Amino acid sequence: MQPTNLDAVFGALADPTRRAILARLTAGDRTVAEIAAPFAMSQPAISRHLKVLEGAGLITRSRRATARLSHLEAAPLRDATEWLAKYQAWWDESHGRLDALLARLQADPNPPPDRTGSQPTE
Amino acid sequence: MSDTKVQAPAGIPFIDVTREFEAPRDLVFRAFTDPDLLVQWLGPQKYEMVIETYDVRAGGSWRYLHRDADGNEYGFHGVFHGDPSPEGFVQTFEFEGAPGHVALDQLILTEVDGRTTVHTHSVYQSIEARNAMVENGMAEGMNEGFNRLDALLGRLVPVA
Repeated sequence: MQPTNLDAVFGALADPTRRAILARLTAGDRTVAEIAAPFAMSQPAISRHLKVLEGAGLITRSRRATARLSHLEAAPLRDATEWLAKYQAWWDESHGRLDALLARLQADPNPPPDRTGSQPTE
Repeated sequence: MSDTKVQAPAGIPFIDVTREFEAPRDLVFRAFTDPDLLVQWLGPQKYEMVIETYDVRAGGSWRYLHRDADGNEYGFHGVFHGDPSPEGFVQTFEFEGAPGHVALDQLILTEVDGRTTVHTHSVYQSIEARNAMVENGMAEGMNEGFNRLDALLGRLVPVA
């Protein structure tokens, strides 16, 4: 199991066509021709996008008879969301606490400190 | 629903975090520089924050740690650069779990109509170092167009 290369994942997701391709693959595996159908784009252009998605681990490709099928891989997307969620949560909670502190300070410039769980050392 | 915006462009080791607060800039600056106030908000509530040094002046150093319920400690330290003022400050930032990976953080405080926007711009030595910060539990992080990305991920993940 390859560790997720988050930068490759986010680089791959930065392009709207590639996001649309991923959304299409949520319905099931597709051939290049099937993927290309709704886009005003040649199959070679779509193939280049598929290569980027494959490089980021977001899809895998297999052969069935003469067709090459693209398959959505969930793990890198899950890793990317977890990474983001963890980071976002850290700041959300800090900022929420700062918001409350600023409100207390404005209500009373010298309130008794809220010591729930935090003690500065001297 | 979060008001905190996090941006980390792909391919550049930057992270920008912005959030607006209903408070004048001087007060926000106090909350960032007075250790008695800082311990009351920086980091999730589940961590006990201990500030060892917080010498807010050009060349002054700082060190604090977050301690979780199991007693695990996560130390951070750095140095202030330039003259810290209510407009903001610049500091180095090093997670002690990854020595030698030093980020440069710029805090920018702007006040409009009594509301203050807090913007932190962080520059890492590499994209790997930026991403590793997050893996290690604290961190800095993420991408232009993340609202669109969030929407996409929201659609994709339940199906997966």
